[in-house]
Amino acid sequence: MTTIRLSVPDTATRDEIIEIKAMIQHEMESGYRLNMRGQYIPRDIITLFECFFGDELVFSADFHPGIAANPFLTFYARATTSGTFLFRWTDQNGNEWSDTADINVA
Amino acid sequence: MSRTVLSGIVTLALLAGCSDSPPVPDSLEPPTFGIAESEKVSGSTFLTADSRALQDDDFANPGLLWVDRGEALFGADHENAPSCSSCHTEGMSGVAARYPAYDEGTDQLLNLEGRINQCRTDHQGLQPLTYESDDLLALTAYIASQSRGMLLNVELDPAALDHFENGENYFMTKRGQFNFSCQQCHDETWGKRLRGDTISQGHGNGFPAYRFEWEGFGSLHRRLHDCDTGVRAEPFPLGSETYVGLEYYLAIRASGLPIESPGIRR
Repeated sequence: MTTIRLSVPDTATRDEIIEIKAMIQHEMESGYRLNMRGQYIPRDIITLFECFFGDELVFSADFHPGIAANPFLTFYARATTSGTFLFRWTDQNGNEWSDTADINVA
Repeated sequence: MSRTVLSGIVTLALLAGCSDSPPVPDSLEPPTFGIAESEKVSGSTFLTADSRALQDDDFANPGLLWVDRGEALFGADHENAPSCSSCHTEGMSGVAARYPAYDEGTDQLLNLEGRINQCRTDHQGLQPLTYESDDLLALTAYIASQSRGMLLNVELDPAALDHFENGENYFMTKRGQFNFSCQQCHDETWGKRLRGDTISQGHGNGFPAYRFEWEGFGSLHRRLHDCDTGVRAEPFPLGSETYVGLEYYLAIRASGLPIESPGIRR
């Protein structure tokens, strides 16, 4: 069970700049840390974050081992029409987690 | 004549004093602690302004990931078992402020984690959750978060006096290679520096909490475990009676401070 927290305004006026926040629960194990026996803990990280509005990619980010656990992103978009945001995280093994949020543009 | 009556009274008084075991008193004198009420402050006092702001942020506080997870678990139906929310329809506001508490039925002192597991086994027919598992942390955080801002109010229950005294002894006893007691740092030396850190008063009102050192969420017992390891003492198992007793002592010691869980700590 992976928990995702999203913050997208429910409503916005046309052409308003809106703030979007997204956080996901993930260890982001860097692969550089040692365990109690002095062996490397294998790398286990999310490598890609994407935010779509409808079919259009509006924001994406590549994650690397330096990103802390439970990555938290804030970014901005211009509200043009009502619709649905899709947020998707993909890890190094191709596993995906996603969630959606709706916005009403008046 | 008057002498006979007097001696009769003395004999009765002596007899009364010889009864087998003293009855459990209804209430006890409030215990005293090494920190004056006027100086008692939460661990968040010793955080940077940025970290305090993160703790107060209703979206960005990473501990809320566990609160969300706990909310989902609390409302989840189980096969052949009712959900938590089907009984606790009114929510759990204020509950965390009263724990640890003595449970008469099992003659045990239970902290919030222990109470959740007791509910699972007794009322839901489920397996208890492993201490420090994400699920138990999540349920604890969800329940504790409903008491956010309320003042911790744990009173010394005469029936749990043994646990309190065990906790107090633990707090006062020097241990480990460094030969430090909890009391030496958290009663006597708080506010001063220990390497790069400021020593807190050792209150548990922010737990379960998100610690930067863990890059994750953990219980008060995990923190106690870290403290014991820090003075190079043999730590006790998480959820053990020893740590619950210490948690009880700490909760009474911290009473009056606001509950901050999910707290942010270094």
